[in-house]
Amino acid sequence: MDEIFGIPAPLLFGQLLLGLINGAFYAMLSLGLAVIFGLLNIVNMAHGAQFMMGAFAAWMLLAWGGIGYWWALLLSPLIVGTIGVILEKLFISKLYKLDHLYGLLLTFGLALIIEGVFRNEFGSSGLPYRIPAELSGAWDFGFMFMPVYRGWVVVAALVLCLTTWLLIEKTRLGAYLRAATENAALVQAFGVNVPRMVTLTYGAGVALAAIGGVLAAPIYSVNPQMGSNLIIVVFAVVVIGGMGSILGSILTGFTLGIVEGLTKVFWPEASATVIFVIMAIVLLARPAGLFGRK
Amino acid sequence: MTETTKMALGRRTLLATGAAAGAVTALPRLSRAQAANTIRIGVMNDMSGTYRDNTGPGSVACAQQAIAEFGQRGFNVELIFADHQNKPDVGVNLARQWYDQGIDLILDIPTSSVGLAVNNVAKEKNKVAINVGSATSDLTGAQCNPSGIHWAYDTYMLAKSTGGATVKAGGDTWFFITADYAFGHALERDTANFVRAAGGRVLGQVRTPFPATSDFSSFLVQAQATRPKVIGLANAGSDTINCVKQAAEFGLTRRGIKLASLLLFITDVHSIGLQTGQGLVCSETFYWDLNDRTRAFTRRVLPKMPNLYPNMIHAGCYSAVLHYLKTVADMGVTAAKGPGAEVVNRMKAMPTDDDCFGAGSIRVDGRKIHPSYLFEVKKPEESKGPWDYYKLLQTTATEEAFRPLAEGNCPLVRS
Repeated sequence: MDEIFGIPAPLLFGQLLLGLINGAFYAMLSLGLAVIFGLLNIVNMAHGAQFMMGAFAAWMLLAWGGIGYWWALLLSPLIVGTIGVILEKLFISKLYKLDHLYGLLLTFGLALIIEGVFRNEFGSSGLPYRIPAELSGAWDFGFMFMPVYRGWVVVAALVLCLTTWLLIEKTRLGAYLRAATENAALVQAFGVNVPRMVTLTYGAGVALAAIGGVLAAPIYSVNPQMGSNLIIVVFAVVVIGGMGSILGSILTGFTLGIVEGLTKVFWPEASATVIFVIMAIVLLARPAGLFGRK
Repeated sequence: MTETTKMALGRRTLLATGAAAGAVTALPRLSRAQAANTIRIGVMNDMSGTYRDNTGPGSVACAQQAIAEFGQRGFNVELIFADHQNKPDVGVNLARQWYDQGIDLILDIPTSSVGLAVNNVAKEKNKVAINVGSATSDLTGAQCNPSGIHWAYDTYMLAKSTGGATVKAGGDTWFFITADYAFGHALERDTANFVRAAGGRVLGQVRTPFPATSDFSSFLVQAQATRPKVIGLANAGSDTINCVKQAAEFGLTRRGIKLASLLLFITDVHSIGLQTGQGLVCSETFYWDLNDRTRAFTRRVLPKMPNLYPNMIHAGCYSAVLHYLKTVADMGVTAAKGPGAEVVNRMKAMPTDDDCFGAGSIRVDGRKIHPSYLFEVKKPEESKGPWDYYKLLQTTATEEAFRPLAEGNCPLVRS
């Protein structure tokens, strides 16, 4: 059997694939963050909590309402996105004129409160959520099983990322949004309701996190700290990609997933730190991030 | 009986980057006469992280149950609790602060890295520390402490019960997935010793970052590639839960690989669900449905528990507080507030007996001994009621369950 650095080639290929799956989550989450930061200038520290709420919404829909995975994929982002819209109206909209730091602290506080409430209500060990029957099972590659569900996650993430990118970069609505970040007063003068557009953008960013949560529910244990485990890594991804760059965060998300996957093979102990090492290097060499514009 | 409970510090710093400095512990002020006649117990554990359900509010509820059942015997008991966030530095600061403020006993202290660190503070200050939640057998081995006791379970006992039984059942080649800190290393070491002693082989191991890992698929695939008969999970809490879920997802069990969940609590089984968890074997020293006494205890404490049935850590907190208070009543409050080593010596001299663990004793190295039980997780159709999860496979007698005194290298044991 062919070997690469002492690891059998098929096994290494499998690990790349697994890295790509984790990268899909990084990409989806950092995409939402990038949308919110790029268009609203808010560092949304509550993104992990909103990801977790997405997973919990799916669980609640199933356990309390008997509503399955596919409907949850649609309803959960709507529910959590609506909560996001309310949060934006009540709190975040007051902060647009202030320094970034205020938004960061506010959303950080919100994240602590949300996670605390869920922890008190549901405990810390998590709740079971089963893989939908249509996506259960696995492909047998010989050297490893590849669960069908994980393949679905990659496809779903790719579609979601591309759609969002096209929407913002290639459509009239996206053009309005980008114009509003440059000069809100001028866009408003053309008759566009900028505050409403901004509110809906935040809601959409939150909904992206919630979709990620629903996709993650069958794989990880649905527990209140599932978001806080991911969010630090995702912030690093956003910083490496360039704050606010949509394409940057998508590409970096997938790439870093793969890098992390390889680290898990060659030096497992370092797999939790490798992304931060890369972040430090990128910040030194290109302070605006790999795809940053400034 | 005045029993005060005060939340001292209970907020998790969510992000390492935003880590906040520890809050100040505010103990209720007592007059000097009151203070001299009040025994103060501090429960220190994980209130907000991955081990919250395994320890957390459940441990506090069970300690309170012991205080309530002990009743009024001429002195007051006060209980406070705090969150050590699974960080040794937070635990050490809190322990110093608590002992300096007149806390007489620190209880629970899960997460082996924190447990060992607090154990050192207790030794240095000659104050009582009863560790219930940590697993590492080093607490009664090389790092044993004259003023410390290790109560419910340890890595040696888990390794002997689960590991020993798995090798006997034909699982003689192992690969370990190990949480990369004191606990995981100790559990892997103790289990590997049993595997080798029984003629088995260890094919390899992978150390996973704690607590930042939630995707174990890569590690599981690496394990599978070495073609072991058994994958030993030397981890706990949500790490174990995620490993079990993802091993099922990646079809490991369908390829005939057995999972040995070396530390699994009933609270974890509840979270995994019987559908995914059925057939797993695990070891605990307490199960609520073991006998009439354990069922009676569970009925009494359940109304106070946070939507959970007690596991062996929760039960251990009850049992430890009860025995400690009996000792205080026996030696007097003034003596009990004196040097910790003397209190612990008295506790070692008295036999233990309670509803959770039955009759037992505390050895000279600080090891509380009682029987250990090997369980198999039931199939969904076998479970007849809420939390009816375990089938008893075998019982290891008190004298056999834990590491022999001579093998631990504890300086307190004179050869």
